Amino acid sequence: MREYTLAAAAGVVLAVVLEAVVLRTGMFGDRRYWLALAVVGCFQLLVNGVLTCPPVVAYDPRRILGPRLACAPVEDLGFGFAMVTVTLSLWRWTGRRPR
Amino acid sequence: MLGRATYLVLMAACVLVTLPLELVLRARVYARPRRWLASLLPVSLVFGVWDYLAIRRGHWSYSPRFTSGVRLLGGVLPLEEVVFFLVVPTCAILTYQAVCRLLGAPGGRGPGPPAGRRRR
Repeated sequence: MREYTLAAAAGVVLAVVLEAVVLRTGMFGDRRYWLALAVVGCFQLLVNGVLTCPPVVAYDPRRILGPRLACAPVEDLGFGFAMVTVTLSLWRWTGRRPR
Repeated sequence: MLGRATYLVLMAACVLVTLPLELVLRARVYARPRRWLASLLPVSLVFGVWDYLAIRRGHWSYSPRFTSGVRLLGGVLPLEEVVFFLVVPTCAILTYQAVCRLLGAPGGRGPGPPAGRRRR
């Protein structure tokens, strides 16, 4: 079973739900989040390349869909999106000002 | 080329490359250690557990050629992965704060007070 594919998809959904339903910092309507996400995404491809091309990290082909970007399975994009989104949502939430 | 230090050197590079965001652009992430850790540590924990389970389930594995060989939690989790889950979210926050410094403070309230005057 493609467990990493499922886990990455679940991670993306849970990260979006955490921001949109639980923490509600308005991050998805803030262009600075999307710009930061794009910049981090570029560096992720670089770091992922170093980790997965040699490979420092090897993936079980039975756990992933197959398509790869800079040597890394596409699922890594979901993992990265989830991690960065949860991090920035928490950062904004911990920095909110009392009304 | 870097052998067993490869992964750790990569993480050190991530820290070094993003350091100017704090020191030059005044991202003020390390300058607010409580808020930094409050945002970082839950992420490190949750994604570290994900990583641990994924390794146990065989989703991915680490090359002994490019890692230190130091493993935690019953020999499962490479030391490098613990470092990864501390470094990478921190880099993300630094990037976000740098974008905020360049485009305006969080919440759309303009550039905000000079960095030196902020309490947090």
